[in-house]
Amino acid sequence: MEWDWAFVWQIMPTLLEGLKITILATVLGAIVAAVFGLVLAIARRSPNPLIARPVGFFADFIRGTPLLVQLYFIFYVLPDIGIRLSPLVAGVIGLGIHYGTYAAEVYRAGIDNVPRGQWEAARATNLSIRQAWIHVVLPQAIPPMIPALANYFIAMFKETPLLSAITVLELMNQAKSVANSSYRYIEPMTLVGVFFLVISLISVVALRFLEERYARVDER
Amino acid sequence: MIDWTGYIGLILQGALVTIELTLMGSALALVMAFAAGLGRLSRFAAVRALATTYIEFFRGTSIFVQLFWAYFVLPFAGITLTPLQAGVLALGLNVGAYGAEVVRGAVRAIGREQHEACVALNLGRYQRLRHVILPQALPLMLPTFGNNAIELLKGTAVVSLISLTDMTFQAQVVRAQTGNTLIPFATVLVLYFAMAMAISAGVRWLERRAARGLDGVRV
Repeated sequence: MEWDWAFVWQIMPTLLEGLKITILATVLGAIVAAVFGLVLAIARRSPNPLIARPVGFFADFIRGTPLLVQLYFIFYVLPDIGIRLSPLVAGVIGLGIHYGTYAAEVYRAGIDNVPRGQWEAARATNLSIRQAWIHVVLPQAIPPMIPALANYFIAMFKETPLLSAITVLELMNQAKSVANSSYRYIEPMTLVGVFFLVISLISVVALRFLEERYARVDER
Repeated sequence: MIDWTGYIGLILQGALVTIELTLMGSALALVMAFAAGLGRLSRFAAVRALATTYIEFFRGTSIFVQLFWAYFVLPFAGITLTPLQAGVLALGLNVGAYGAEVVRGAVRAIGREQHEACVALNLGRYQRLRHVILPQALPLMLPTFGNNAIELLKGTAVVSLISLTDMTFQAQVVRAQTGNTLIPFATVLVLYFAMAMAISAGVRWLERRAARGLDGVRV
């Protein structure tokens, strides 16, 4: 079978429609992941082991199991207990929880990397705990986190095709439906690959920039 | 009341397929990781360019897209793969690209003086790699390889979408036949987690073995 440019232009609008949903799911998923990861990171630092232990186990469990099965779980099991979600919402929650556990590790590492002396100095100069966090710890902890978080953001973008398995009409699903109705797989599947490759390569360049900008705070 | 023993048996059959895929995928990934990782350190520009293209391509698109491409597009090029072959190929090449960066990073982390000492001792390129560089680089690679193997295990769930009867596929079958959702999905989640735990325990064991005899060489 030959590559057919006319067919490419014919299916392009449908694929771009799917790409919009892909980007929407990525952005919403990233917001959920950033917030959920913060909650996990704080809970895991809790002095109460009855909170810290189960939260740690939950995070390990999520990281050790496939996103696809987690999506199925959210999409098929929750309606049985009365929680009905649209495919996109289920997908965003799935992505958010899965990558939230990764974001939590980034937050934890970022906070732990601020030397103890900074804390002690902040407390010694009579700053309150709140002031110590806002003016001393977080300004040092956040910049090194940014490239790591961006890395997971790109990883999450590449995982969004999985949402097609729970009937979200994103890029991959649009390509599949085009392919199934026209019996031509070569163009839709290749185009999906090209879209992802192009966006990933651009993101990698942006990531390198972020790394240079933020990675070495102490050298500035 | 549903007779669960048959259905659990079905899921366990799927678990065997998942394990098989993970092992074969990891084997291919390991080969590709070393080939491409060392390729990026080659003195020939063409080899470096080839390895870089491979790594960027497979890291830039997702495993899902690669799998569908291998399964649906390659037949048009005259290469027809069974779902299992397509799964192993896509998983191995994808995770191999991530592993290649680990190999490269670990080899580069070995100090210059080690290379210089090899030159001074008149070791050939192959001898240098085989007897001096890799034995020291291997323990550095193992923890990340363990994570990559767990990523590969998680990636195997995707092959259920090209009708390979792995654990996730069987969970869907059980759901369709019984109408129960909690038991099949909770079971496979626990099984996946158990496999991931087994991988990290295995890697920790390997790490201890690989570090043996290196006491005093590195801190």
